[in-house]
Amino acid sequence: MIRLARRAAPSRLMLWGAPLVAVALTFVLGAALFAAMGQPPLSALHALFVSPLSDLNGVSELLLKASPLCLIALGLAVGFRSNVWNIGAEGQMYMGAVFATGLAIHFQTRWGAWMLPAMILAGVAGGLAWAAIVAALRAHLHASEILVSLMLTYVAALIVKYLVFGPWQDPAANNFPLTVSFEDNALFSPLMEGIRLNTSLLITLASIPLAWVFMKLSFTGFQLRVAGDAPAAARYAGHSEARAIWIVLLVSGGAAGLAGVTEVAGPIGNLNDRWTPGYGFTAIIVAALGRLHPVGIALAALLMALLYIGGESAQVALQLPKAVSSVFQGLLLMALLACEVLVHFRLQWAPSTRSSRAA
Amino acid sequence: MQTTNPTLLRLAGIVKRYPAVVALDGVRLEVAEGEIHAVLGENGAGKSTLMKTIYGVVQPDAGAIEWRGAPVSIPDPLAARGLGIAMVFQHFALFESLTVAENIALALPGRFGRSLDLRELAARIVEVSGRYGLPVNPWRSVHELSVGERQRAEIVRCLLQSPKLLIMDEPTSVLTPQAVEELFDTLRALAREGTAILYVSHKLDEIRRLCDRATILRGGRNAGEVDPRAETEARLAELMIGRSFPKTQKRERQRGVPALQIAELSLPPDGPFGVALQSVSLSVHAGEVLGIAGISGNGQAEFLAAVCGERRVFPGKICVCEAPVGHLDAGERRSLGLAYVPEERLGRGAVPEMSLAENALLTASRKGMVRRGLVDWRSAQAYAARCIREFDVRAGGPRAAARSLSGGNLQKFIVGREIMQQPKVMVLAQPTWGVDVAATALIRQRILDLAAAGVAVLVVSEDLGEILELCDRVAVMAGGRLSPAREVGETHAAEIGAWMAGGFPQ
Repeated sequence: MIRLARRAAPSRLMLWGAPLVAVALTFVLGAALFAAMGQPPLSALHALFVSPLSDLNGVSELLLKASPLCLIALGLAVGFRSNVWNIGAEGQMYMGAVFATGLAIHFQTRWGAWMLPAMILAGVAGGLAWAAIVAALRAHLHASEILVSLMLTYVAALIVKYLVFGPWQDPAANNFPLTVSFEDNALFSPLMEGIRLNTSLLITLASIPLAWVFMKLSFTGFQLRVAGDAPAAARYAGHSEARAIWIVLLVSGGAAGLAGVTEVAGPIGNLNDRWTPGYGFTAIIVAALGRLHPVGIALAALLMALLYIGGESAQVALQLPKAVSSVFQGLLLMALLACEVLVHFRLQWAPSTRSSRAA
Repeated sequence: MQTTNPTLLRLAGIVKRYPAVVALDGVRLEVAEGEIHAVLGENGAGKSTLMKTIYGVVQPDAGAIEWRGAPVSIPDPLAARGLGIAMVFQHFALFESLTVAENIALALPGRFGRSLDLRELAARIVEVSGRYGLPVNPWRSVHELSVGERQRAEIVRCLLQSPKLLIMDEPTSVLTPQAVEELFDTLRALAREGTAILYVSHKLDEIRRLCDRATILRGGRNAGEVDPRAETEARLAELMIGRSFPKTQKRERQRGVPALQIAELSLPPDGPFGVALQSVSLSVHAGEVLGIAGISGNGQAEFLAAVCGERRVFPGKICVCEAPVGHLDAGERRSLGLAYVPEERLGRGAVPEMSLAENALLTASRKGMVRRGLVDWRSAQAYAARCIREFDVRAGGPRAAARSLSGGNLQKFIVGREIMQQPKVMVLAQPTWGVDVAATALIRQRILDLAAAGVAVLVVSEDLGEILELCDRVAVMAGGRLSPAREVGETHAAEIGAWMAGGFPQ
């Protein structure tokens, strides 16, 4: 019989080993799944995870998807470390996109080169505003930030629908629910000729060390960690709980809003009602998989992005349903949660414990 | 020694290993029928683990247990009760919302079972409690009971099982001096009837008064077996900690101007089982130690939350050096010179998972550890290292996690961290609760030195001995009210004990 025995101290090895074990476990389970569906497992895995990266375009697409995931997850990780669970990054991303789109379609070419910076600021402001509702309700009325942020995501999705079906619809779009295409001054420019990867990647690359500095070196980051690890100690030290809640929700909301801008002003180029593959939710897995550490999050974002584009290539190459990437995401999250236990416990082979009872 | 009585319980070579520590390393123990047997040792000496082994909560890795000369194994508490072993835990296991009779019925499975007759049970409770002088009303809800009454309910619960061996784990830590005497009378009566009692404690005077024999543990091993009545307290302490230790020394000190003033502070309770503070007034002068005695749960937690800023009140209700601070948070009050050592070390006084350097930053951040919003980790490490050095903290260095320290060492670190901030007012809650003898001596000496240096010190403690040793003046908190403060030289334990029960002048 296998038993779980508590470790004297959390294992440093397993802290980073658990995600790797989880990834390996996901591959094994996925291979078994393919075999059960009658696909040769190895070639299916090859189609899913290797062939998408065989050319420059594939790498560009990978980074294009990983970038917003990483950005959102960095913001979320700040909150998760202090036990504030913003799971409405999706909605905050919508609002970032909406605010930026508002500028892009109303002022079009008039603002010239100032348009993109203005859109970035507007997008951050949109995410902040949406997260501020959650922060106000949590900090001052003790409403659950989990429920409020989740429900506000659906409100944000309906606002997007209203805009693209109504006032912001492109009259020339044959009644399709989308806005006019953004002008060039409202778009991030491609990093190279012929690929979609654009300069917004630089924002993400800059955010990774910035997030590390904030979490590791800033006093505010320290206060947030105390609030998450030992709320009573935070009160004892005189750290304000309300301030902590506001900070983490505004940081994660702003990051999600920024990610919204990089999407509509990047590969999408307009606002429509189905432009996101759920980055805001996937970023939660990315943050957890990356151990809430900026470098871990960057690696996890790459892995999740690979699942997205691998799913697309598997559709083409093997006629697998699109859901295969969602299945893999789900497997990965389950495996991760299961492996988490190894950080605090170790496996032990033990004989059956309930022997005969003496009286 | 009652060597004539037959041996009831014999343990030999008991070993219990935990991942990080060997709690019991070949311990032996022998208890005769009708004997009051002390198990004496510092925190961490293995007393509680040994008792849990006897009660079947903990399974030893090696060793033999004999009950009335026959080898037995005790896989769980049910088996222990089957043998006739009962245990009163240090932290009571009663349901707050049930009555005493209901709580006791829950502990007697099978016997009352489905055809539970509470009235019959209540009659037996009254009979047993009358016989042993343990007045308990079976129909009262537990949350209405004082701590002493709760303990009596626990003991009655054990006695209803007619135990042959009664284990009492630190039973007097929550009792007034009068209640301790009553408990001792009960235990002596039980012993006369042939019940063996295992009495776990680190209070030497009690053991010398009560017990026939003492087994002394040190670091998970036997350190001696003596007749405590024939030994001095100093000798027992030496056996317990393995060396002699210095007594604290009061230095001359001058009482200065009031540094902490509390004016008619009233507060509603913060929960259904909280206590309302009723017009609490107090003033602590620079250079004195003022003690607040009293049993926990009489408003101390609410009082400390208000004094230290975790709960905010009207500004003028609390003044630090003449400045009204009632509306400020804990951090702002600390900037004005108010330092605080809370009762809970792990989770409040220190973050368990974080290093000592990070825990230094927790409250001492004002001491040059933050520059332009960024933490100066080198300065935090230096502060922690200095604290470790000056307060004799046994730790793996500033990077050691707070949870890896023993209770005494962590408390030395926390006290040191606060003292090093050079406060004007120092508030300490249960400063030596669960702390080993050597660390207790060091902490008490530092508290006295602090007052000698002109700091106003407020000590809130359940340990009356500690209050009398440290303080110049003493007040008692009972039922959310605070008694007038008395000079320690002009009062005595019996008066304070009466005040603990609420009988003091307005």
